[in-house]
Amino acid sequence: MSDDKLLLSRRNALKCLAQGGAGTLFVLAGGVLTPLDLARAADDKMGTSRLGKPLFVQISDTHIGFNKDANPDVNGTLSQTIDIVNGMSQQPALIIHTGDITHLSKPAEFDLAQQMLARLRTTELHTVPGEHDTSDPTVTEYFNRFGKASDNKGYYSFDHAGVHFIALINVLQFKPGGLGTLGADQLAWVEADLKGRSSSTPIVVFAHMPLWTIYESWGWGTGDADQLMDQLRRFGSVTVLNGHIHQIVQKVEGNITFHTARSTAYPQPLAGEGPGPSPLKVPSDQLPRMLGVTSVSVVKHPSSLAMTDTTLA
Amino acid sequence: MISRRFRSLFTLVSVAILWTAAANCPSTAASPEPAQIVIKDYMFGPNSLTVKAGTTVTWANKDDEPHTVVSDTGLFRSGAVDTDDTFTFKFDKPGTYHFTCSIHPRMVGTIVVE
Repeated sequence: MSDDKLLLSRRNALKCLAQGGAGTLFVLAGGVLTPLDLARAADDKMGTSRLGKPLFVQISDTHIGFNKDANPDVNGTLSQTIDIVNGMSQQPALIIHTGDITHLSKPAEFDLAQQMLARLRTTELHTVPGEHDTSDPTVTEYFNRFGKASDNKGYYSFDHAGVHFIALINVLQFKPGGLGTLGADQLAWVEADLKGRSSSTPIVVFAHMPLWTIYESWGWGTGDADQLMDQLRRFGSVTVLNGHIHQIVQKVEGNITFHTARSTAYPQPLAGEGPGPSPLKVPSDQLPRMLGVTSVSVVKHPSSLAMTDTTLA
Repeated sequence: MISRRFRSLFTLVSVAILWTAAANCPSTAASPEPAQIVIKDYMFGPNSLTVKAGTTVTWANKDDEPHTVVSDTGLFRSGAVDTDDTFTFKFDKPGTYHFTCSIHPRMVGTIVVE
């Protein structure tokens, strides 16, 4: 495939992504997504060696505790996912979990999830909770284990290799239709956190619910996310990573790339197909192709981020 | 043949026993009836239920997704209710109680306690 043919339209790029093959590599430069066939990239004709070491892997929606038809063995599929990540020839510097670590916020589920994630060769783990992690009556189980980074507020930031990471929580309060919210305090904290940072700093924002409206009547979005985007718009490279919907949906808006991840537990229907975002039962040979993780690397020229989505089969 | 006197005594005692039994029989008004709300297709069914004070309401989740039952005033909060799991709450005081699912707030319901 020549370089010219690589520059597919965005519509084709998204179609390619939706098929979810064994691995799709998207190189992001200046806000434009260019898909590369991973098999061709493997013999480095596309110069993917310049992609270097993966910066981080995003794991999402592990739902430890789920045991119904759509996947009776979520522990097994998480374990397979961990094997895939551990098998990468270059290990990521850190792991980001975008929430719904557990299915019912039960202590035993959190314990098992932590034990399993401890098998990852990369030990630096950053998390945000999903609504399945904050459904215990006192909303303390998630924070007992993962609240330290944010003083139990749920939001925090950190830097790694020149990239500024912002972790946000949007599952504590919901709008009547089901959209998540960030809230005034958190938005004010983001403003203070970004103040004075150079616009050339690559930013990665991660939160459980999508930070743009994908499908309002199923609650796939965050009601006050526009205010967040206003603050992020001045930066040259912003990557927004979410989970919750158990499928990949992407959008590019100027310098901001939005990307939701697959689950490692079970798929969900496409927007509007059915009464709600329930676990989707698929033939068992199809299931591994609908579960997976996302790996993100930094591309040096120009400084931007490249995402690879990998499935279990 | 039973003597007339014995028969009268027998009748008197029988009536006395029956009358006592009737007096101790609990009236239906004081006995709470079971009340159930089924959660299905992201809805509470029924979404409004009227019960007598002292009734225990049971919410049964028949959906593939966990739901929660959370009172608007904080009076009760179920935690995650899995598929085929239930949550119960006893309503002692008359009043109107609104609740929602904290994960899917589109789902709302009301219990009216008389």
